[in-house]
Parts: sequence; C-alpha cells; structure tokens
Amino acid sequence: MGGWAIAVHGGAGVDPILPNERQEEAKRLLTRCLDIGISALRSNLSAIDVVELVVRELETDPLFNSGRGSALTEKGTVEMEASIMDGPKRRCGAVSGLTTVKNPISLARLVMDKTPHSYLGFAGAEEFARKQGVELVDNEYFITEDNVGMLKLAKEANSILFDYRIPTLTTCGGGAAMENQLQMNGLPISLYAPETVGCVVVDKQGHCAAATSTGGLMNKMTGRIGDSPLIGSGTYACDLVAVSCTGEGEAIIRSTLAREVAAVMEYKGLNLHEAVDYVIKTRLDEGKAGLIAVSKNGEVACGFNTTGMFRGCATEDGFLEVGVW
Amino acid sequence: MGWAIALHGGAGDIPHSLPPDRRLPREAGLRHCLDVGIAALKAHKHPLDVVELLVRELENYPHFNAGKGSVLTSSGTVEMEASIMNGKSKKCGAVSSLSTVVNAVSLARLVMEKTPHIYLGFHGAEAFAREQGVETADPSYFITPENIERLKQAQDANRVQIDYTQPVQKEAKDAAATIPNGDSQIGTVGCVAVDSEGNLASATSTGGLVNKMAGRIGDSPIIGAGTYANHLCAVSATGKGEAMIRGTVARDVAAVMEFKGLSLKEAAAYVIDQVPPSNAGLVAVSSTGEIATVFNTTGMFRACASEDGYSEVAIWDSPLK
Repeated sequence: MGGWAIAVHGGAGVDPILPNERQEEAKRLLTRCLDIGISALRSNLSAIDVVELVVRELETDPLFNSGRGSALTEKGTVEMEASIMDGPKRRCGAVSGLTTVKNPISLARLVMDKTPHSYLGFAGAEEFARKQGVELVDNEYFITEDNVGMLKLAKEANSILFDYRIPTLTTCGGGAAMENQLQMNGLPISLYAPETVGCVVVDKQGHCAAATSTGGLMNKMTGRIGDSPLIGSGTYACDLVAVSCTGEGEAIIRSTLAREVAAVMEYKGLNLHEAVDYVIKTRLDEGKAGLIAVSKNGEVACGFNTTGMFRGCATEDGFLEVGVW
Repeated sequence: MGWAIALHGGAGDIPHSLPPDRRLPREAGLRHCLDVGIAALKAHKHPLDVVELLVRELENYPHFNAGKGSVLTSSGTVEMEASIMNGKSKKCGAVSSLSTVVNAVSLARLVMEKTPHIYLGFHGAEAFAREQGVETADPSYFITPENIERLKQAQDANRVQIDYTQPVQKEAKDAAATIPNGDSQIGTVGCVAVDSEGNLASATSTGGLVNKMAGRIGDSPIIGAGTYANHLCAVSATGKGEAMIRGTVARDVAAVMEFKGLSLKEAAAYVIDQVPPSNAGLVAVSSTGEIATVFNTTGMFRACASEDGYSEVAIWDSPLK
C-alpha cells in the first residue's frame, strides 16, 4: 500500500435515461480533472493544493453544478458554497452565499489560511473576497441557458407536487419529465441537478485532503445552505481519510455523512472500503447520497445508493477508472 | 430512566473573582430557565418543545450571548445563529447571520418544519422570518452596553475572543477602570432534554465571537459541531467555534458512545479531552436519563436536573477535574 490516490465526483443521482452525449461529456471532464490531479501529484504538490486545483477546474467548467453552471435559486440567481479540509491538524475553511466569486473553493481556502475563522457567509464572505483580491465576476457569468430552462421546469414540477417528499401519482400534461417516478430532493430525477463537485486526495506523504463545491439545489430558497460547506457533513479530512459527499443535502447533514466514514474507521477500526460500504448501507435511512474517499494508505473508494454518480478515481500503482453508473 | 435536562450559558475563561453583580443575574437566569424546563417536562411536553422554550428564555435574557445581549462583530453589529435537532427523527433546522429576529432558535425550528431545507442564512433567513411572521426588532434591540465595551476591549487588544476571555495582563489596570474584572460577557446558550420515553432534543443559539468578521459562522448552527441529537443522546456545545467544527464535537459524543461503547459521561469527557484546552464545553443527556456537563475551560455557566430529584446550578468545578 501507500502512494498517492485521487478521486473526483460530479454529483450523485443521475437520470437513468441521460443521453449518451451528456454521459460522454461528463466522462471527458472527469478524465481531464483526474489528469490534472495526477500531474500535480507526480510533481509532488501536497494534497491540499491538489484538491483545490482540481475543484477549481470543475467550477470553471460549466458542465457540473458548481461555479459556472451552478443550479439557480428560486429567483434565478446563483449562490455558491464550498468547503475544504486539510487532514493534518484538520484545518478547514468554508464559504456560503457567494454571488460574484469566480472560484468559491479558493475563497474557502483563503478563509482557512488567512482568517482566524472556519466559515464565512454572504456579504461578509464577498467583502473578504474583495479584500483578498480574488477574481470577481458578475452573477450572470455563472448562469447557463441549460439551467435557466431547468429552473422553469423545476418550478412547474413543484407546482404539481403537494409535499416535496411525496411522489406524484399522475402525470397529466407534465410531459416525459414527470413520468419517471424517481425523485431526489423533491424533484423528478430528470430535473434534479446533481448538487456538487468534489475531490479527495492522499499525497505521497500520506496526507489527506478533501474539497467540495456547489451551486446547491435547483429552485432553492435564497439563503439556503446545503451540506457542501458543512464540515462533517459534505466534507471531512483527518489523519486517516478524506471524504467528499453529494446528493440529498438533508440526508447528508442528518447523518453527518463525511464524518461518519472517518468515525467508523477511527472508532470501529474498519478499513476504507468497509467504512464506505457500512456508512452508505446503514446511515442514510431513506436518504439518497454518494461519496468518494481516500485513505492515508493510498486506497480509494466510492459509494452511493443513488442511480449513478459521476466519478473518477486513480492510484499511483496505475489504477484508473471513470464512471457514471 | 425518567426525564433529564441540562442547559448552558457558555463556557470560557470565567474568573473565580467574578463579582456578584456579574455572577448573580446569570445564576438567577439559569435557575429560572431550569425551573421552566422542569415544569415543562413534568407536564409531558416533548423535549423538542422544551429545548426551544428554554433557549428562547436564554435568548431573551440580556446577560447571555444569544438574542438580546449577543456579542458584537468587528463592525459593531449583531449576527445571530442557532440550530435545533430532534433525536428520534434526526430532523434538524439551522439559521445564520440574523440581525432582527428576536428568537433565532424558533426560526431554526420553522426552517426544520416549514421548509424543505435545513439551513437558511442571511437575507434569505430574514425574508423567511417575515413570511412566517415571527417577532422581529430593530437591530439596536439586541445590543447592550456591556457588549459595546467588550468589543472595544477586543479591538484594542486586536483579537477575536470567546465570550469569557479575560483581557491581556498588561491591560489589567485599564480593564479595572472599565468593566470590573473584564469578563467578556456570557457565552453561547444551549439546552438538551430527554423525556421518560427516550425522546431527545438539542438546541444551541449564539451571537458568536466578540469582534468576529462580518459573516463569520461558528459551530452553533452546524449540525454535528455545536448541536447533535440521535437515539442515544443529545448534545449542545460551547466555546471556540473553530475548534468545535474541526472536532465535530457534538457528533463525536454520540459516535464514541455507539462505536466504543462508552457511557455518556465517559464519551463527553473523551471528546472534550481531544479539543485543545480552554476551548470547549458541552452539556448532554442520554436516552436513559444520564446527564453530562464537561468543559476544559475555567468554567461553564450551567444548570441541570433529572426526575430523581437531582438538580444543580454551577459555574466552575468541572466533574472532570
């Protein structure tokens, strides 16, 4: 064992009838991000630098739901959040409610490195960004046509659902989108935008780091905070392991999913694969989610109870895999 | 078995020399809240209702760092946050960056019960408060003279502090001229409760750190850090938020009970021990009616009681020591 390992994800919960073209596009992006991470690891960058680098790439690409390409709030705007954690000493940084910061994960890193705090939100976070001189853009930059269309459909879908957790019984006039009974976060799976991107890395020194970034839930209330910026829920890293989660925010928060993986390794002595398996199988109740994780021994694991999770992983001994299902 | 309840008004460097006019109102506040909680549990109110009720009382009390009496940000404003969790269902609610909502904990409960989300912050949370018609007040309502003074001291010393941090030694003689003994106000508040059926709940509320950056979010609204409840126990933590976040303190108490088979008291002690000294405290109750109050700071304002007649209001002397 030993050596570096890396995993990336572009969200859990994929429409089973997602067109092939979209699947291929996603796999190409995941592969590109893995390559970036692998080069960085071969150049001896530390885990914390690699996860930031890779998530920046995912945020900049409009395909997944983070940075540019983020899901839209009920008002049609973008509010982004992210968190990053460095295993050694468990240093962490998080941000929420960002509207002009081009790369939220880098601001989260600055919170960790340059303030006495762990988490900054909204106007305070934006003010900090200005002071730090990070790249700022108009909110429009993050909005894609695809997502404008999705928001419209999501609003129509919500006007049909009585309670966001009860699936519709009839689909009259709703079109093909409503016929699929699969739901996540109260939306039909075809309208559900997987929530996040993330990256976990263990470097040659055995140091682990994790990073997660998102635009959040499509049609969310403004000010809604999900699991991605919450240390212990969407992101966690310690001496043993680094974890990044994605899926139904409520389920991830209630189960403190990322911390759970580390806790069963730490307190029950499970190895990485056993821990991921155990947590996904027993800790989510009715919730739907997925996660990626690496251990200090250079192992990598993914787990999800959703229909698919966009992911890629690689280890120093040559293992490489990119998948959707 | 039987019901049990524990509440805190913050952990920190509370000096033993705390003068009566600082100590007595807080002890009275704790005692009053404890009585309210005991009466509610005896009347078979659900622990979720009990913790909300008590934290509302603590928020309204100007001597504690929550609601009215919250400490101030570096801009001299108040930004409040809170969270609440129901052990059996693990449903939870949280709010951050509130400036006009009189009872943050009640808004957190409304987020839990009336929205598909768990956590709302800033403008979105304030807008939701208006929609729900909860009580709001002008931001000045929350600000007290003690906190204005506290902020000044922190800014003069150029530091961010948890509520009870004492002023630096060289300023001791200046401090004596301002607030006697320089106690930095009261801490985060929280309450945990269990009824005779094992229903557990936890709630935490705060104004945060003195002189914090605007927009800084601490551990109090973060599930797993400042607040946690499941079928085993309910925990509310207090102290330096950043340490509680990285230590996932509230969650770890339950995890250690479950995975290492420790009792509530052992688990609470174990977890607090892992946090750097002078940084943390917590109150917890278990499904079987045990109580734990542990801290690695000088003191923690606290009160607890159980159905068998036990009751305590205290500030110092951690059971650990």
